[in-house]
Amino acid sequence: MPEALDTSAKKLPAGEPATVPVPVDAKAEKTRSLWSDAWHDLRRSPMFVISAVLIVLLLVMAAFPGLFTGASPRDADLSNHYLGAPNWSHFFQADWLGYDGQGRSIWARMVHGARASIIVSVGVTALVTILGTLVGVLAGYFGGWLDAILFRLTDVFSGIPFMLGAMVVLTTFAERTVWVVVLALAFLGWTTIARVARGSVITIKQADYVTAAKALGASTSRILFRHILPNAIAPVIVVATIALGGYIAAEATLSYLGIGLAEPTVSWGIDVSAGKDQLRNAPHVLMMPSVMVSITVLAFLMFGEAVRNALDPKMR
Amino acid sequence: MGRYVARRLLQMIPVFLGSTLLIFSMMYALPGDPVRALYGEQAIDQAQIAEIKRSLGLDKPFLLQYWDYLTGLFQGDFGTQIASQQPVADVIADAFPITARLTIFAFLFTVVVGITLGVVAGLRPDTLVDKSLLALTLLLISVPSFVLGYAFQYFFAFQLGWVDPNVNDPENYGQLLLPAIVLGSLSLAYVARLTRTSIAENLRADYVRTAVAKGLPRRRIVGVHLMRNSLIPVVTFLGSDLGALMGGAVVTEGIFNVRGVGYTVYEALSRREGSTVVGVVTLIVIIYLVCSLLVDLLYAVLDPRIRYA
Repeated sequence: MPEALDTSAKKLPAGEPATVPVPVDAKAEKTRSLWSDAWHDLRRSPMFVISAVLIVLLLVMAAFPGLFTGASPRDADLSNHYLGAPNWSHFFQADWLGYDGQGRSIWARMVHGARASIIVSVGVTALVTILGTLVGVLAGYFGGWLDAILFRLTDVFSGIPFMLGAMVVLTTFAERTVWVVVLALAFLGWTTIARVARGSVITIKQADYVTAAKALGASTSRILFRHILPNAIAPVIVVATIALGGYIAAEATLSYLGIGLAEPTVSWGIDVSAGKDQLRNAPHVLMMPSVMVSITVLAFLMFGEAVRNALDPKMR
Repeated sequence: MGRYVARRLLQMIPVFLGSTLLIFSMMYALPGDPVRALYGEQAIDQAQIAEIKRSLGLDKPFLLQYWDYLTGLFQGDFGTQIASQQPVADVIADAFPITARLTIFAFLFTVVVGITLGVVAGLRPDTLVDKSLLALTLLLISVPSFVLGYAFQYFFAFQLGWVDPNVNDPENYGQLLLPAIVLGSLSLAYVARLTRTSIAENLRADYVRTAVAKGLPRRRIVGVHLMRNSLIPVVTFLGSDLGALMGGAVVTEGIFNVRGVGYTVYEALSRREGSTVVGVVTLIVIIYLVCSLLVDLLYAVLDPRIRYA
C-alpha cells in the first residue's frame, strides 16, 4: 500500500501525451516535494501504519482466502445449525467463530466475503474518481455554459438520496453481480468528487504558472494534464480514499437489504441479513460479519484520514 | 434578498425536473410488469391487461407518461398504486408523518449532541478529550447503521430490557428514541468533527483575541463570537443531511419495524410498484432542495458580511 501514493503521483505526468520533451519545470519539482513530504509524515503516523497493515491483510484475504481458512464458505452441515457456538480456543479453524443457520463456517464466510467487498469498493472508487475528476476539471477549467450544464447535472444527481437511489437503480437489474453493484454505486456517487475537483481546478487555474504556461503557448491539453491535474488532484485523492470506506458500508447495507449482491456470492451484508432472525438466541451469527464490515470500513477510513492529514496539514 | 430567493427558486426547477425524470425513467425500465403481477398464477386475459394499462395511462409513450405524472403532481396527485388501487398520496400521507417524526428526532439528536461534543473538544484541541472524541467519531462512522441498529437492539432491548425491540406505536417517543439514535449517529459523528475542526481553527482568529482582550466573559466569547462564526460549515452539512436521513430511514425502519416511508419504498420496490417509489423520492428531493435554500439564507444570518442582492 505505501507504493500506492508514490505511483499515483508519478503516473499523472506520464498520462500526458508524449509530445516534445520539456525540461522539468519548477512546478514539477514542487509537486514531487508535496508527495514526498506527505510520505515523510505518513511513515510516522501510527494511524497510517495500523490501517495500512489492516488493509494489506484484507487485500491478501480477498486475493488468497485459502491462506486464512481451509474450510469452504459454501459447505453446509446442518448438524452444526446454530448449535455451533464459537470455540474461541480453536484459532482460525472452521469452528473458531461458530456456524451459521445453515451450518456453514462463519470464519470461512468472513474470510471469503472480503473479495466482494474489496472489488466493489475499489471498483466504485476508481470509476467515481475518473468520472468525477473529468466532470470537475471540464467544468472548472472551461467554465461558462459547460460549467453551467455540468454543474446542474451534478445538482440533479446529488439531489437524489444515495441509498434510495442505489436501491432504485439496482432493482432495474434482473441479475445483480459484483459489476452491476459497482456501476450502480458509481452512477450515483461521482458528484462529491466532481465538486471537489471543480473547486480545486478553479483555484489553480488562476495560478501564475498557468498564466505563464499559456503565455508560452502551451496547448490546452498540456496545461490540463501537466499543470492543472497534478496540482488539483490532492484533495480529490483525499476525498476518494475516505469515500472508499463508505462504499464498503454501502455495499454491505444494500446486500443486507437484499438489493445488492445475492447468493452464491459471499458477502458480509447477506450474512448479517441471514443472522438477523436469530439475534436473540444466536447473536454471533449476526455479530461476526458485522464486526468484519466495521473493521474493514474503519481501516479504510483511518487510511484516508492519515493521508488527508499528511497532504493537508491545515485540515487537521 | 427577495430577488435572490426568486433566482434560487428558478434554479431549483431544472434540478427538480432532472431528479424526478431520472427516477421516473429508472422505474420505467424496471423488469417485470406490475399489471401482469396482479394476476399471479391465473390465466392472463390480454385484452383485460390492455384495458387496465389504458386506464392507468401505462400504454402511452414514456415522455408523455412523465408529463402526465408532473401535471398530476402539481395538483397533489402522486398517482395510484396498481395492486391496492390506493392513491399514492394517501399511502405517503399515512407513512410520511412517522418518518418525519423519526427523522426530526434523529436530526435534533444530531444537532444537540453533535455540536455540544464538537464545541467541548474544539475548545481543547489536542488534549485527551479531543483525541478520544476523534477516535469515538471515527468508530461511529465506520460502523454501518444496520450493524449499529442490531447491536443496540441486542444490548438495550434483549440483554438489558430497557426498551422495546420494535416500535409498535409510532406516536410513542420513548420507542422512537433508539431508532432515532441509530439513524442520527452517522451524522452526529460528522457534525461533531466539523464543529470541532471549525472551533479549533477559529480559536486562533483575531476576533477571538480581541474579544478576550476586551475582557468579555468566556461564555460570551464562545457562545456568541466563536459559535456564530464556526457554525457555517456545520449548517451547510446539516442542510443536505435531512434528505440523507430520510433516505437512510429505509434501513433503520426495517430493523425496528417502523411502518414509515422507508418501509413503504422497500415494499413497493419488491412489488415493482413504480409510482410509490417515484412519489417518495420526489418528496425527498423537494425537501432536500428546500433545505439547501434555507441553509443559503441562514448563511446571511450567521455571517452578516454575506449579503444577497
